[in-house]
Amino acid sequence: MAVTRHSDAVAPVRSSGPFTSWLARHFRTAIGSFGRLLRQPFASLMIVLVIAVTLAIPAALNLIVKNVQSVSAGWDNALDFSIFLRRDVSETDAEKLAEIIGQRADVELVRLITADEALEEFKRQSGFGPSLDQLRDNPLPQTIVVRPGAANTSQSMILLHEELGNLPEADAVQVDTEWVQRFHAILDIVRQAITIGAALLGIAIIVIIGNTIRLDIQNRREEIEVTKLIGASNAFVRRPFLWSGFWYGLFGGLLALTLVQYGLFLLEQPVARLAGLYQAGIVVKNLSAGEMLSILGIGVALGLAGSWLAAARHMRRIEPR
Amino acid sequence: MIRLEDVTKRYPGGQEALSGLSLSIDKGEMVFVTGHSGAGKSTLLRLIALIERPTRGQVIVDGQNTRRVKRRKIPAYRRQIGMVFQDHKLLYDRPVFDNVALPLIIAGVGYRDAGRRVRPALEQVGLLHKEKQNPETLSAGEQQRVGIARAIVTRPKLLIADEPTGNLDPDLSLEVMRIFRRFNEVGVTLLIASHDISLIDRLGCRRVDLEDGRRVEDAFEDDEFVADESVPAATGEPPRWP
Repeated sequence: MAVTRHSDAVAPVRSSGPFTSWLARHFRTAIGSFGRLLRQPFASLMIVLVIAVTLAIPAALNLIVKNVQSVSAGWDNALDFSIFLRRDVSETDAEKLAEIIGQRADVELVRLITADEALEEFKRQSGFGPSLDQLRDNPLPQTIVVRPGAANTSQSMILLHEELGNLPEADAVQVDTEWVQRFHAILDIVRQAITIGAALLGIAIIVIIGNTIRLDIQNRREEIEVTKLIGASNAFVRRPFLWSGFWYGLFGGLLALTLVQYGLFLLEQPVARLAGLYQAGIVVKNLSAGEMLSILGIGVALGLAGSWLAAARHMRRIEPR
Repeated sequence: MIRLEDVTKRYPGGQEALSGLSLSIDKGEMVFVTGHSGAGKSTLLRLIALIERPTRGQVIVDGQNTRRVKRRKIPAYRRQIGMVFQDHKLLYDRPVFDNVALPLIIAGVGYRDAGRRVRPALEQVGLLHKEKQNPETLSAGEQQRVGIARAIVTRPKLLIADEPTGNLDPDLSLEVMRIFRRFNEVGVTLLIASHDISLIDRLGCRRVDLEDGRRVEDAFEDDEFVADESVPAATGEPPRWP
C-alpha cells in the first residue's frame, strides 16, 4: 500500500504553471471539437461550404471592383482638353492653331469643332432648333479638342493645361473629367453596396452557425447536465462549442479563399485575350495577403460570434434536474 | 459536516418535500437516509448538492451556508462534494477512463496528471482493467462502480449517494456498500439515500428515517447534534485517501 497522506480535495495535482495548463486545456478542447466535426463529415462540410460561399461572394465582388479601379486609374491620363477660343478668332486661324498644337510632342490628337458645327449639334441635341434659328449670329466659339499623349505624367498634364490656357487665342481650357468622375462615383456606390451586402451575409453566417451550435447543444443536453452536476462551470461547458464555431469559421474562410482563387484561375485566360485585343498590359490583381488574412479573421470572428450567442443563450437554461 | 436547521422545501406546485427538517452529520460519519419514495430523501441530497435551494431554513455543508453560495460559485462548491447517482449518469460517448477523469479535467488538472489519480480511483472500485472500455459494455454493477470512482477521484471530504444500489441485485449492492464502508474508514463523510433497510442494518450505520418530509427517528437514538460515537473514524480529521 502506498504511503498514507493527507490530501486536499480542492487543490488538484499540478505539475505545470496555470497558464501552461490553461493553454493545454484549450488545446485539448480544440482538438476534441475538431474530432467531433470530423465524426460528422457531411454535416460539417455543408456548414463550412455555406460559410465559404457567403464569404466568397463579397470577397469576389470586392476583387472585381478593385480590378476595375486599377484599370480605370490609367484613364486619368487620357483625358481630353477642350480649348474654347476667343470669339474674334476665325475658323481659318483656329485651323492653323490646331495644326500647331497637333505638332506638340505631348499631344496625341487634335480635333477642331467649328462654331457652326457646334451650333448644329446643339440644335439637334437641345431640341431648341427653331428658336435658335432666330439668332442673328452664332454665340458659340470655335473649339479645339486636344487629347494628350499617353506618355504624359500628371505633372506634364498640368504644364500642358497651363500652356494651352496661356495661348493668346484661348478664352478658356476645360478638362473633360466629368465622365471619369461619374464612373468613379458609380464604383464607390457599388463598393458601398457590396459592403452593405457583406454585412447582411455576415449576419446570415452568425445565424447559421448559431443555429448549428444550438442543435449541437440540444443533442448533448444530457452530457451538459451531467458535467454541470459534477461541478463544471458555464465557461467549461461552453468551451467546446466555441471551438466548434471557431473551426467552422476558419475552414469556411479557407474554403472561401480557395473558391476565389479558383475563380481567378478561370478568368485568367479570357482577361489575357481581352488585354491582347486592347494591346494593353492588363494584369488581374489578386487579393493581398492582408485581405486574405482578414477574410480568415472575419470567418473566425463570425464563427465565434454565432457560437457565443447560441451558447450564452442555451447553456444557462440547461441545469441539472 | 452537514447541518440542516429547520429546512422546508416547497415545490412550485405547493407540495412540501421537506417540512422543518433538522439534521446534523459529523465529519467522518456514514449516515443512511431512508424512507418511501417521496419521503424527501432525494430532495435532501439535492439541497446539499445545491441543485435546489431551501424554501426556508439553513443548509450548512462543511462550514459553508449554501444560502450564501452565489449562482456563479455553485460549480466550485459542487466540486468539493462527490456525488453518486442511481442511474450512474455516465457519459457513453467516451471510455471509462475519461468518465472518471472528468471531474479532474473540470478542475483544471492536466490530462497526464489526471491519469495518476484516475488509476488509483479505478483500483479502489476494482475496475482498473476496464479503463479503456466504453461504459455501455459494462454491467450495471460495474457502471455504478465507475460512477463511484468518478465521485472519489477528486478525493472529496463528503460523498453523497442517491439510491446507489437501486438498480442492483443484493450481492452487488453489498459490494457497493463495502466500497463505501472502506471510504468511511479513511475518514470520508458519507450520506446515502436508500430504501434497502435490511442491507443498511447489516452495515450497522446510523440511519435517519424520513416520512412526508419529516424525521421519524434516528435508528441510533443519539442527540441530533452529537456525533455517532459508534463510527471509529469520526474524529473530525480530513480523510486520509490512500
